Amino acid sequence: MAIKTYVLVCGGTACESTKSRELYDALVRELREQGAENDAQIVKTGCFGFCEKGPVVKFLPDETFYVNVAAADAKELIAEHVIKGRPVKRLMYDSEQSKKRAKIDDIQFYQKQFRIVLRNCGVINPESIDEYIARDGYKALEKVLFEMTPEQVLKELEISGLRGRGGAGFPTWKKWGFCRDVKSDQKYMICNADEGDPGAYMDRSTIEGDPHSILEAMTIAGRTIGASCGYVYIRAEYPLAIRRLEVAIEQANAYGLLGEKILGSDFSFQIELRLGAGAFVCGEETALIHSIEGSRGMPTPRPPFPAVKGLWGKPTVINNVETLANIPVVILKGGGWFAKIGTETSKGTKVFALTGKINNSGLIEVPMGTTLREIIFDIGGGIRNNRKFKAAQTGGPSGGVIPEQFLDTPIDYENLAKLGSIMGSGGLIVMDEDDCMVDVNKFYLEFTVDESCGKCAPCRIGGKSMSLILDRITAGNGTDADMPKLLEIGKAMSKASLCGLGQTAPNPVVSTLRYFQDEYLAHIRDRKCPAGKCKDLVHYLITDACIGCGVCARKCPVNCITGQKRGKHVIDQTKCVKCGECFKACKFSAITRG
Amino acid sequence: MATTVHCQINGIPVEIPAGTTILKAATQAGVKIPTLCYHPDLPAWAACGICVVKSEGSPKMLRACATPVAEGMKVITHDPEIVQVRKSVLGLILSTHPNDCLQCPRNNNCELQTLASDFGMRELAFQRRVLACPKDTSTTSIVLEPEKCIKCGRCASVCQGMQNVWALEFIGRGENTRLAPAGDISLNDSPCIKCGQCTAHCPVGAIYEKDETQAVWDKLADKDVYTTVQIAPAVRVALGEAFGYEPGTVLTGKIYAALRRLGFKAVFDTNFTADLTIIEEGNEFVKRFTSNKGLPLLTSCCPAWTDWMEKFAPDFVDNFSTAKSPQQMLGAMAKSYYAEKIKMDPKKIFMVSIMPCTAKKFEISRDKAMSSTGFQDIDISLTTRELARMIKAAGIDFRNLPDEACDSILGEYTGAGTIFGATGGVMEAAVRTAYFLVTGTEMGDVNLLPVRGLEGVKEAVLNVAGKEIRIAVAHQMGNVEAVLELLRADRKAGREPRFHFVEVMACRGGCIGGGGQPYGATDEIRAKRMKGIYADDVASKHRCSHQNPHIAKIYKEFLGEPNGHKAHQFLHTHYQKRPEYKK
Repeated sequence: MAIKTYVLVCGGTACESTKSRELYDALVRELREQGAENDAQIVKTGCFGFCEKGPVVKFLPDETFYVNVAAADAKELIAEHVIKGRPVKRLMYDSEQSKKRAKIDDIQFYQKQFRIVLRNCGVINPESIDEYIARDGYKALEKVLFEMTPEQVLKELEISGLRGRGGAGFPTWKKWGFCRDVKSDQKYMICNADEGDPGAYMDRSTIEGDPHSILEAMTIAGRTIGASCGYVYIRAEYPLAIRRLEVAIEQANAYGLLGEKILGSDFSFQIELRLGAGAFVCGEETALIHSIEGSRGMPTPRPPFPAVKGLWGKPTVINNVETLANIPVVILKGGGWFAKIGTETSKGTKVFALTGKINNSGLIEVPMGTTLREIIFDIGGGIRNNRKFKAAQTGGPSGGVIPEQFLDTPIDYENLAKLGSIMGSGGLIVMDEDDCMVDVNKFYLEFTVDESCGKCAPCRIGGKSMSLILDRITAGNGTDADMPKLLEIGKAMSKASLCGLGQTAPNPVVSTLRYFQDEYLAHIRDRKCPAGKCKDLVHYLITDACIGCGVCARKCPVNCITGQKRGKHVIDQTKCVKCGECFKACKFSAITRG
Repeated sequence: MATTVHCQINGIPVEIPAGTTILKAATQAGVKIPTLCYHPDLPAWAACGICVVKSEGSPKMLRACATPVAEGMKVITHDPEIVQVRKSVLGLILSTHPNDCLQCPRNNNCELQTLASDFGMRELAFQRRVLACPKDTSTTSIVLEPEKCIKCGRCASVCQGMQNVWALEFIGRGENTRLAPAGDISLNDSPCIKCGQCTAHCPVGAIYEKDETQAVWDKLADKDVYTTVQIAPAVRVALGEAFGYEPGTVLTGKIYAALRRLGFKAVFDTNFTADLTIIEEGNEFVKRFTSNKGLPLLTSCCPAWTDWMEKFAPDFVDNFSTAKSPQQMLGAMAKSYYAEKIKMDPKKIFMVSIMPCTAKKFEISRDKAMSSTGFQDIDISLTTRELARMIKAAGIDFRNLPDEACDSILGEYTGAGTIFGATGGVMEAAVRTAYFLVTGTEMGDVNLLPVRGLEGVKEAVLNVAGKEIRIAVAHQMGNVEAVLELLRADRKAGREPRFHFVEVMACRGGCIGGGGQPYGATDEIRAKRMKGIYADDVASKHRCSHQNPHIAKIYKEFLGEPNGHKAHQFLHTHYQKRPEYKK
């Protein structure tokens, strides 16, 4: 009897953390115990992107999409859906229109997405090279080896308009071309998988879901630039991605798709992994190179650029994971096809890790030029708890905030830069009216202060100095001189820091000063935090409207509210921890926040 | 591909070889760009951000120290925006620097202080935050004071790159970044060889020589102590820099005079025992060369080099000349022969040495042989910089001092003794005497030009009485490993060593570029100091150590034969393998 149903279980890190591994085991067990082994096959895939609702499971061929599935649901899913062919309605995604939806394409989260990078994520078993090959895997490599010259590859990339997805958006064909033009006995191809922005996990998911696409792209790059050796520099905190890469490398070697004389051609290429200890700065090209070389991960001045003098002093191309994942598609479908997607200057798609105060957080891929409004309200399902949107933060600690008035700006490299932010690697954090823009910056600055390698003075000292000023402002000790001082340090850092980390570290502060100056002024002059986040500036008071119901006193975690039954209650300000629970709990608006 | 590129610096056209940095192009155009972490001895580390400039048409600022000029580049080195950025960066650096210039060893000689003054920094722009970290006073030579460190990285670059010692490294991250031995152990437990090049390159007072001037003042004040002093060859051509003299000015007579005015009872010259070293080492060489045993002979008068060898190349222990350094020989002779001569209890003699060197502070107690007289032969070793401070503290008008002579018997020297101060000098002096010892005749032209100058490794082949003597001279520790590798290859292949005699000095340029010399040494200054050394050589009555009549006298009256029993008792030592890291 032929297999009728394929059950795809997400095996990404996010779903594994919500116990998808147990679910997978339970499904396999149930299938066996219910005697349906010949009817269905359980497949563990990479990330589906809809991490908000994990673990997620998709049934093929009918495309039924289940969310928040637990191991305990396995019995029912096998009995009902596999054996009786009846979808389990209670486990299907319940959208905001409260209509049960069966097919994945009906879910708004996926409707506006366009998947090139994530084409195989959630579709194939990432530990099976056969499944990758079945989806046209390694076909691009074959084409490059036997039908194209390196010049043709470069030309195709140039036509595609593909730009580096690691942050700065440098045209990929140029980077490869520079390296190809340098004469050297040895060159290297490095995949930068040192993803470090807080909350960003595009690269991890891509590798976890489709490791072969990276290996294939690296091999294509090696062939084009003339390198015989490649390294994937990946952080040690990504154990699943590392394991899948190891499996993939072993399989590719066994299939003759890596190693000596690939596919019988005259081209040999090997790939090794190098594990990073997780320093954010090691995502910077020169620091990454030094880290691989066994030195301290500190940037050095460019030029010389790695394409001329990189790893071990040899010409080296370093591409980000997402950039590489695009390459096989560009080769197979053609640069012209790729260039039709996106905007004038930014072609193709962009993967974002959508997080924050949003209903559907997760991993999404959209064509360049999609607006923030589409991402946040259509794909993301809008703001949680019907709160008001305040700003979106892109580019992580190197980026800036984008306020409401720019929600309809098509997202591409240039537009984001104009707004004072950057594309970055693709973190997208949504903030609502309860987020304090001064406070948010403290988080980002603390991150860059922690992650500064300490080499150059502007970054090492500037970041900390800004952070100290923000501490003062949020503690109610700000002065009028603080805002100009923040801008002065910001300028010194952006102009005089050695590497991108320091140059962009002031971006969050500078962009909030641009769009949310009033909030800074409220903190500094009025000693108030409009969002109610900065505890030193918030006071809760009970007014005469209090009827003495006692709900606030019961909610208070530190028992600082007292009062007689049906009498007015009082908050002991010396004990209050400003958690706001009483404020939220009071049904009579008798508690004020000021 | 030696091409030239054309650029403009503030509108001034400049033509320079491709690859030249903006900073060097600007210097050529006569434009000064302020720098802080940059040092001409070292590859640009590009840490401080002070030297930023603009290139017309680019929104970025570029580091002049590290950015090569591109064809057609139009560089702007100064405009209000650039000045403001530099000032902000400087303000940030000052916010992490302790406010104790008046107590700092670099007061009035600090590159950060000079910049702050140039930029007119009048207030603390940002909240001060100084890294709390204790001083490292573990070595006898060098003090590391992390609080003052501005993380320019020069010391690490010197220690690792120039010197190949790897005692200092960046540790910690972000604002907790420090320079310390790897593993955060003490300097004394690290592979540090005390060469002091870190102290000579530090732009501020974060790593400096251990100041022992007070102990010397105390002895000078003690009536029961007979304080004596010696000055090393390289001191005479560099001390003047502290008093406004051009580098390389030979000031031997004024230095003797200053030392007397400080209160020293007897003033000796290390050059004398440099001559003595040559007799001992020259005889040692001739013995090894003629018997073809124990070759190559390696010089051992540089204590940083001997320390390096004992830690990193102990396979060469047997090749080391056992002759002590001139400093130690003088101490030994002062507390034995000289004491006998003036009928003084050696216990009362206090011997101070003035050295261009921080490692000499370590050498005086490096092992038992340094106390050959029954007392520590040298009691305190001061650097040239410390002597300058003492002269200034005493209020001595150095420039107007008369030239004086030094005390006799441990003072008179030949030109061979004085050239010990420059790289190649020991070799040249040894050759002058070895030639005489082998042939019985004097060399015609005693100038051995191939071993002079700043090239890292110098080689020469000499023909002495029909025999070939192959010599090599290396200076700056980082250049030495390659020479040792060649010798190891010969040893492994069972060949005769390609060099018979090798001189090594740990510091660039030899002792004239020593870690204890006045600040600011560059190759230009080193060359001037060397010129002074060779001028002193030429001006000497005798130019070969064996011609020094007082040397003959000391053998006759006291030591007996060169390499003889008494010579070994006082003038020789031995070497042994030591761990790179102490437990």
